[in-house]
Amino acid sequence: MEIQHLIAIFLISSGAFFLLIGSIGLIRFPDFFSRTHATGKADTLGVMLVIAGLIFTQGISVNSAKLLIIIVFVGITNPTATNALARAAFNFREVPWFKKDKLEENKKRKESA
Amino acid sequence: MTRKIDNPVVSLVSRLISPFIMLYALYVIFHGHYSPGGGFQGGTMLAAAVLLLRLSVGSEISQLQFRKSWGTRLGAVGVLIYFSTGFLCLLLGGKFLDYKYLAKILPVSEVMARSWGILFVEIGVGVAVMGLLVSIYDDLLEGNPNA
Repeated sequence: MEIQHLIAIFLISSGAFFLLIGSIGLIRFPDFFSRTHATGKADTLGVMLVIAGLIFTQGISVNSAKLLIIIVFVGITNPTATNALARAAFNFREVPWFKKDKLEENKKRKESA
Repeated sequence: MTRKIDNPVVSLVSRLISPFIMLYALYVIFHGHYSPGGGFQGGTMLAAAVLLLRLSVGSEISQLQFRKSWGTRLGAVGVLIYFSTGFLCLLLGGKFLDYKYLAKILPVSEVMARSWGILFVEIGVGVAVMGLLVSIYDDLLEGNPNA
């Protein structure tokens, strides 16, 4: 096995790891802002690492140059889309989640019970 | 949807990205008969580059890039390019869109004339698709003060 395939395997599996972390965050986090926080960063890094691994499987060719352009494109546009989503939610008065509120809710629930 | 606060990041990035999308769309159109792609896909990407600016900086300002009235006209011009290529083959003695008869007026061989004919047709399809998609978007937003 050549060294470039080893590097490609390492990059693709670490990219898949970051995509998995982002998806778990999307499901597990409590509100909109923390979910965009999870998917915006982890998914961008994951996709960029996977495509970097594909570049190493290709070697130096026209296809790898196209993949490099895709990396730059994803790195610019994905954070912008996340920013647009988060700012639109903030402008429409989406309330961020605080742990303090949860504690107070639990206290009220205990008192009423 | 009211447009109270414009997002400077989105408008800057879409102004930066839009010409590169157009460049890639031209590549897709002109490389269509060697690789995946072609007139429809390239035209859709051209329309996407225009609509990206329509969405991010608003309909008013993006009229400077692509006027509302150009959409239908470009659609008509694209259909005209397509039909005139086909009809030219008919006039030169072949069937409709029988590209090899274009070699009688183009200074190339019959095989290359097929390639050129496909290219003309795909340019026509791309122009028509771009103009009509943008005009569909504009028609849907007709009369919306916040667009």
